[in-house]
Amino acid sequence: MAALGTPLRTLRALLRELRHAAGRSYRDSPAYRHVLAAFRAHRVTSEKLCRAQQELHFQAATYLCLLRSVREHEALHREYHGRGERSPQEVAGLVGFRLPQQPGGKG
Amino acid sequence: MSSVAMWRGCRRLWWAHSPPARLPRPPPVDAGSGPVGSCGRRAYAPPAERKRFYQNVSISQGEGGFEINLDHRKLKTPQAKLFTVPSEALAIAVATEWDSQKDTIKFYTMHLTTLCNTALDNPTQRNKTQLIRAAVKFLETDTVCYRVEEPPALAELQKNEWDPVVAWAEKRYNVTIGSSTSILGPNIPASTKETFVSHLASYNMWALQGIEFVITQLKSLILSMSLIDRHITVEKAVLLSRLEEEYQIQRWGNVEWAHDYDLCELRARTAAGTLFVHLCSESSTVKHKLLQD
Repeated sequence: MAALGTPLRTLRALLRELRHAAGRSYRDSPAYRHVLAAFRAHRVTSEKLCRAQQELHFQAATYLCLLRSVREHEALHREYHGRGERSPQEVAGLVGFRLPQQPGGKG
Repeated sequence: MSSVAMWRGCRRLWWAHSPPARLPRPPPVDAGSGPVGSCGRRAYAPPAERKRFYQNVSISQGEGGFEINLDHRKLKTPQAKLFTVPSEALAIAVATEWDSQKDTIKFYTMHLTTLCNTALDNPTQRNKTQLIRAAVKFLETDTVCYRVEEPPALAELQKNEWDPVVAWAEKRYNVTIGSSTSILGPNIPASTKETFVSHLASYNMWALQGIEFVITQLKSLILSMSLIDRHITVEKAVLLSRLEEEYQIQRWGNVEWAHDYDLCELRARTAAGTLFVHLCSESSTVKHKLLQD
């Protein structure tokens, strides 16, 4: 799986995405802390080919793809998706009218 | 794409709020005639959006697993069961989804929550055997097994991109799959299906729901298995699944509001499904080794 790149790059991109998702207090969010702790825990190992490290890297890359594509999908949706019909009040307002108010309800 | 109509139909499946809060009804229509439904709502109005009603999202551990708290209320599934997940990482990811909603709650972006709800409620009420059967049934109509004969550029592209994946699957699971250009598709021997059935039986129920979801999104059992076995990345799997579309996009041009929209949605769903499967089927233990110096 050479397409994954280095773990550092994935980690940085993932933390950036979490920052976009969380807002102000992103450093205290459980996701941020969990990701950092997981990467730290798998850093030091005596094995040359660490399977757990690769699994973690793949999971991080998958989560990064999820966050990124959700953000892009939402942006596209906001830009292109239709807003639906106007309500009768808005339609009346287009030509300067207001709908009559009937205190007791209709009929 | 009439996504609005689709969401309206699925709206009942996605309400996850626990206390008996009434759904906010839009104000009654004053003007008389028009496409007014029996409950006073217009037929084509989008559903009233749920505002974000909580400030903090946190996780707590209960008897069955990890639970999500919205402020002080516990999250529940659409069938009013308590929302419990077995894995802490999954709970954190779901909490992040809920926390990243601003102003309004957009359920169509919360893929992990939807998957957890499906696993907990099992609305289609299928048991493990039925799920496995539905998953393996996709092999007969697997995308990477269906090849075209013309245009030759596309046939060549399919051969170059899809053949390695099929070869990998055949080697990994010790089966014969093959590919075909006929309308009936490849002839999958029964032993191949048996192998896949027994392999899928080793996953638990939650992971199987995730696997079946990924297969339905990618329209291919082989691509899903290579994704779950970490042989290819999510982006590559989505690219392979949409190979013909990508070819046509390169030929005729890209339409952002259709192609990119579908691409992002497919990537999001596939990534969510894969992450769900991995988080539900792993068990991590930490072994501390003593440093000897």
